[in-house]
Amino acid sequence: MTLRRVVLTVVVVGILVALGGYALMWRPAIAPVATSAKAHVDRKAIDHGAELASIGNCADCHTSANGAAYAGGRPIPTPFGTIYASNLTPDGETGIGSWSEEAFKRAMRDGVDREGRQLYPAFPYDHFTHATDADIHAIYAFLMSKPAVRNAVPANDLASPFSFRPIVAGWKLLFLHRDALEPDSTKSAEWNRGRYLVEGLGHCGSCHTPRNALGGEKRDRAYAGGVVEGWNAPPLNASLVTTHKWTVDQLAEYLSTGWHRLHGAAAGPMADVAKNLGRASQDDVRAIATYIASLSPGAEGAKALVPAGGKVLTDQPADVVAIYNGACAKCHNDRHDVGPSQAISLSYSTAVQQPQSANAVRVVMHGIESYRTDGGPYMPAFAGILTDAQIASVVQYVRARYTDQPQWTDVKSQIAKARQEGVQP
Amino acid sequence: MKVSLHVNGKSQEIDVADPSTPLLYVLRDNLGLHGPRFGCGLGQCGSCMVHVDGHATFSCVLPVTAVGDRKVTTLEGLMEGGKPSKLQQAFIDEEAAQCGYCISGMVMQAQALLNKTPNPTDDEIRRHMEPNLCRCGTHAAIMRAIKRAAVA
Repeated sequence: MTLRRVVLTVVVVGILVALGGYALMWRPAIAPVATSAKAHVDRKAIDHGAELASIGNCADCHTSANGAAYAGGRPIPTPFGTIYASNLTPDGETGIGSWSEEAFKRAMRDGVDREGRQLYPAFPYDHFTHATDADIHAIYAFLMSKPAVRNAVPANDLASPFSFRPIVAGWKLLFLHRDALEPDSTKSAEWNRGRYLVEGLGHCGSCHTPRNALGGEKRDRAYAGGVVEGWNAPPLNASLVTTHKWTVDQLAEYLSTGWHRLHGAAAGPMADVAKNLGRASQDDVRAIATYIASLSPGAEGAKALVPAGGKVLTDQPADVVAIYNGACAKCHNDRHDVGPSQAISLSYSTAVQQPQSANAVRVVMHGIESYRTDGGPYMPAFAGILTDAQIASVVQYVRARYTDQPQWTDVKSQIAKARQEGVQP
Repeated sequence: MKVSLHVNGKSQEIDVADPSTPLLYVLRDNLGLHGPRFGCGLGQCGSCMVHVDGHATFSCVLPVTAVGDRKVTTLEGLMEGGKPSKLQQAFIDEEAAQCGYCISGMVMQAQALLNKTPNPTDDEIRRHMEPNLCRCGTHAAIMRAIKRAAVA
């Protein structure tokens, strides 16, 4: 085939998929309901919905910096442009106050708003297909119990052709799978509960599964690790480079506190995930841990362990060693995890062991400052303390001293990217 | 080893035994500048704060050999013609200190904000001052002092 024919075929197939998708995925508007008509007083459902919304980490995307919870407006960067998260409070005009439970359920499972418009899959309805009616009812009851906040969300800023909403219908045809999660009777009830939450409301794969060029999750590489907002979402399967295989206990502690001394601190987008999981049912968090631990069977002892204090290096430049000793070793020392910073041994750090430097660079530059409001581990932001060249050399020193892995090749570009992103909220 | 430093407008040469010595120790022990204080030594509390090339910086986690040719300013360096600067005077006028241990760092952090944003909102002040801790609860007076210097 000539190039011309290939291009023509791709275009024609693309148009057919979009048209076919639109025809198949077309949904009518659902009549608005008066806000007052939905006076939910089902306290149990509201409380349960709050816990489920914590597992879904809904507030993270649907709350803007310094904005009211669930009132939307947070810009979500995607490879296709910026999407602004919608207002989930029961405001009649700018929120979902006029949505019936039916309309909400349809949005969760079909990715269509009350008026029948296609919703972009930054909203992870490709996972919420698994959510039960009862759980969606509880989340709806919870959201309707929140104070209505008037907050008109800015229009999305997407490149053409992605700005044309009906194109999402074609995406759904390709990537929205509706296969049910049948319980696996060979596994424990806890594992099955965990799978339901991880694959469904928890939508862990949204970040931890790599995506294809069209933004669909690569199902054949489930949980092999992804990239989100510049951060590296490490693999949750056996391909994770780690000095300690995650146990159920370790995962449960990490997920609910955002820290484990043999792995590190939840930072970047994961910080809020852990913060919210801390508010969820701890039985559910344990179920999630049970399922995730099962994704990396047999990883025990697969990796050489660098001693907690690191290797003895004799070939490192004195100025870099001085930076390490004066800036890093104040906390990352042999009393490592007991200090007030909860600084772990760097040979245990997931960020240090990964093939990409994205997380190590960002933790050094942006620090871990959520402790000021939420407690937990602390690290100062070194972006304003050290120069870019000093940051680059010290992270490579850490890589050499605390891992058996090769030096990173992406440090300079990651530092430049992290500078552009600025300090994290 | 010899290290040259540019502090409060003057270039100085200092002898340090250990290249990882924090800038804070050199400022206090070698140069006798007692504005910056040792609080936690871990970059957590902000009492050691100085400006490095205009950025508010924890001097306790910055090795002196890593300063290079960047310009360091301490609380003493804010003085104008032997008198307290506008912001320093505002802290005095508002009596924005109780035990006073954190105040040097507070002034340096606030000055960095005012340099960028001459008239900050309350919210901007709160967010910008977050890295600096005060155990006495002087925050309201510190807020007043910063706002006083902003409008004055």
